[in-house]
Amino acid sequence: MKVVGKPLPKVDAAPKVTGRAVYADDMLPARTLHCKILRSPHPHARIVSIDTSAARRIPGVLAVITGSDLPVKFGILPVTQDERALEHEKARYVGDPIVAIAATDEEIAAAACDAVAVEYEVLEPVMSIDAALATPKDERIQDYGGPNNVHKFVALEFGDVEGGFARADHVREDVFFYQGNTHLPMEQHSAIATYVDGRVTLWSSTQVVHYVHRALSRVLELPMHRIRVIGAAHGGGFGGKTDPFAHEIIVAKLAMITGRPVKCTLTREEVFYAHRGRHPVLMWVRTGVTHDGRITAMHFRTALDGGAYGSYGVASTFYTGALQPVTYDIPAYRFEGCRVFTNKPPCGPKRGHGTPQPRFGLELHLEKIARDLGLDPVDMKRRNYVKPNTRTVNWLRVTSCGLEECTQRVLEASGFKTRERRPGRGMGFAISSYLSGAGTAIYWNDMPHSEVQIKVDRGGVTAYCGAMDIGQGSDSVLATVVAEELGLQPSDVRLVTADTDTTPIDLGSYSSRVTFMAGNAALEAARKMRELLVQAVAGAGKRYEEVSFEEASVLAEARFGTLTTAGSYTPPKIAGPYKGSGVGPSPAYSYSACVVDLDADARTGLIKVNKVWIAHDVGRAINPLLVEGQVEGSVYMGLGEALMEEQVFRKGLHKWPSMLEYKSPTFLDMPEVETFIVETDDPEGPYGAKEAGQGPLLPVPPAVSAAVYDALGVWIDEVPVTPEKVVEALRRKDKGETPRYGPQRFPAIPYPETIKVDGPVGHQDGTC
Amino acid sequence: MKEEILRDVERAVLTLNVNGEPAQLLVPVHKTLLEVLREDMQLTGTKHGCELGECGTCTVLIDGKPHLSCLVLPIQVEGRAITTVEGMASGSDLDPLQTAFAEIGAAQCGYCTPGILLSARSLLEENPRPSRGEIKEALAGNLCRCTGYTKIVEAIELAAGRMA
Repeated sequence: MKVVGKPLPKVDAAPKVTGRAVYADDMLPARTLHCKILRSPHPHARIVSIDTSAARRIPGVLAVITGSDLPVKFGILPVTQDERALEHEKARYVGDPIVAIAATDEEIAAAACDAVAVEYEVLEPVMSIDAALATPKDERIQDYGGPNNVHKFVALEFGDVEGGFARADHVREDVFFYQGNTHLPMEQHSAIATYVDGRVTLWSSTQVVHYVHRALSRVLELPMHRIRVIGAAHGGGFGGKTDPFAHEIIVAKLAMITGRPVKCTLTREEVFYAHRGRHPVLMWVRTGVTHDGRITAMHFRTALDGGAYGSYGVASTFYTGALQPVTYDIPAYRFEGCRVFTNKPPCGPKRGHGTPQPRFGLELHLEKIARDLGLDPVDMKRRNYVKPNTRTVNWLRVTSCGLEECTQRVLEASGFKTRERRPGRGMGFAISSYLSGAGTAIYWNDMPHSEVQIKVDRGGVTAYCGAMDIGQGSDSVLATVVAEELGLQPSDVRLVTADTDTTPIDLGSYSSRVTFMAGNAALEAARKMRELLVQAVAGAGKRYEEVSFEEASVLAEARFGTLTTAGSYTPPKIAGPYKGSGVGPSPAYSYSACVVDLDADARTGLIKVNKVWIAHDVGRAINPLLVEGQVEGSVYMGLGEALMEEQVFRKGLHKWPSMLEYKSPTFLDMPEVETFIVETDDPEGPYGAKEAGQGPLLPVPPAVSAAVYDALGVWIDEVPVTPEKVVEALRRKDKGETPRYGPQRFPAIPYPETIKVDGPVGHQDGTC
Repeated sequence: MKEEILRDVERAVLTLNVNGEPAQLLVPVHKTLLEVLREDMQLTGTKHGCELGECGTCTVLIDGKPHLSCLVLPIQVEGRAITTVEGMASGSDLDPLQTAFAEIGAAQCGYCTPGILLSARSLLEENPRPSRGEIKEALAGNLCRCTGYTKIVEAIELAAGRMA
């Protein structure tokens, strides 16, 4: 192959290193109005009245809107349409938007917000999982779900779990906690809208132009053809810009009212409250194993602190139970999940969506089981690895699987097995898997998940796709695929992307779906175009490889007329035969293995990560440079979650809504990362490719915690693994108590009766 | 009241030397250099991540030294040489740092990139062959959420090697 597999620069590198890329907040068309949003100062309160009269009188204020102007509810998932762009009945978290103001100047808009009088009837806030499970003192946060403030239950059982535990030689239970954290994109969310000739145009920093398009149509009550959504240059997502947001709807409405461009850029503090980040998850897991460490059954329970609204929460809940069997062959598996509402900013998807938490628990749990049995933890895990071309007991189809090769690479490179053993120095090992795109769309439909058009004429080639580049290299993948098929360089391919007027639909940059799905759509369109060009050149008695691209396109245009082709990708229908089987299936799974080497100071509890070795089965690297970038960025984000990042609240308020106090790793905190790209040539991925953007985060937190145990002999069963927790665990160890820091118990949750599902017949012998 | 607001705002005529070009501006004295660069001069290559001096995204050079433009008032820097990312290239030729960042994927979303490029440029002018530790120390005030910093450090080393 000529360009696939080559470490070429990103096609959008030049605009980014010169400052020419236009992000949403960089736009300032003539007559732009600035929007500020007044937000609730209370975590839970009924809104008695809103008086905007003084604000309206301020010169320079051109529009003031409240919830009664935008009453239609929306939400990313069809089953949880529970948000309003502006709330006029009830505030459910500090930061819930109440009033929006458009003014000629940002300061005037802010002053006008101060002039609004909102009368609240304050309600008792619900601030923890335990409180959400109990009877509310005043009233429930949402009027659906239940009992109490439970949002969603999941209870599924695959195979003979009771029999599996009965067969076990050893059974162990553990409890873990994974603290919530947030995406912290460098770019604050921003959106700008115009309303011209009866049509809304919105430029936004979003990962999902199509879903924003749908939400705008619903709430503004305009048909989709009167709305255009364009993804501006994107300053970082990580899942944090994957919901339709209030400010996007608000600027569109204000543009409709004023007839002028309206822009809203969230402050950094507002970004912390917009959130939709990692759910705090409490976990309980019980596993049965044979003497030699083969898993006979597993029972996994999760409790998710969801915040005030649904967001992606139903999917997140399923994801906390879905992927455990994708790395380990679990012959019988029971999963019970529960998401609760609390009066905090809603949680949603962050890199790894719902799976880093159970991965943390699962990897440490297996470490402990191995030690119970006197087995080497790595050997025991390997004994249970899934094999390629199998179905898991929860019906997930595994095709290519480089788990064993990933493991070998990091073990060899790190010298894990022969590491020097001394107090204060440790190594930890963990593995993981992630989706290459969700197998089902957010809303039920039979249409493709990604569509690409290609136009060729004597002036060159242009590819059109709704895919949104959020920095991960989506544009580069599209250009590389088209270039490979047509015998060009990626820089020769012009791209039009993420514009609902001009590009065919792609569902967006989430669930690690773009390379696999948009890549396959581009491949189909490009192969059709190549066929036209080859045919036309052959008709002139030449071979395609002998002529210039321009000559080929002139011959083809002369012969066929306008040269356009299209391709699309629809994932295979592989979901299992049970309710809830839509979350988890993916056309392919990536696999990762990781070793972390660190020093842990027994006196201070301080942890210094020395090096991370990580191997990632990406199927095939369409651009190894960009794959490395995704892997390194994932390791970084995993280390941040493992060691310092916490989205926590005090009296309804975020404890540290600033970039200084919300600790994230700096240049000085980041260790050396040695990345190994493992290629397994996936049978359905474009050129064999799978995902790289999320999976490599997953093994990092458990590997850090395992390394701390290796160094100091104490288990830190929750993230972040902070110095205080390490010191406390060591103190307990010195006193002869359990050498551990972590949650003591899992709450009594009234899970509903489990739905029993037979596992697929012959699921581990490659016959299904 | 709008007139009052306008009256209350003290404005000043300033001459700023940005990227070697003098520009005369009438701006409210409380506007930050970040705001004046972006809103009054349309130099939107300078980004912002917090507007509180915490993230390093809005870094510009003032007389060759990195400063957070969200914490600087233009009136403080009249007559001094201000460099933004738009001033890094010479004509159509990119700065070696820009080339290196593009070549090895040191910019993912690209939002922190202008600030980091300028911090790096200041470092290399002072210390043309920095060690890896010196690079990390010099850049520690610039946050990036995409790259894990790895390729940024490598790009700075690459550019330093080429400039030597």
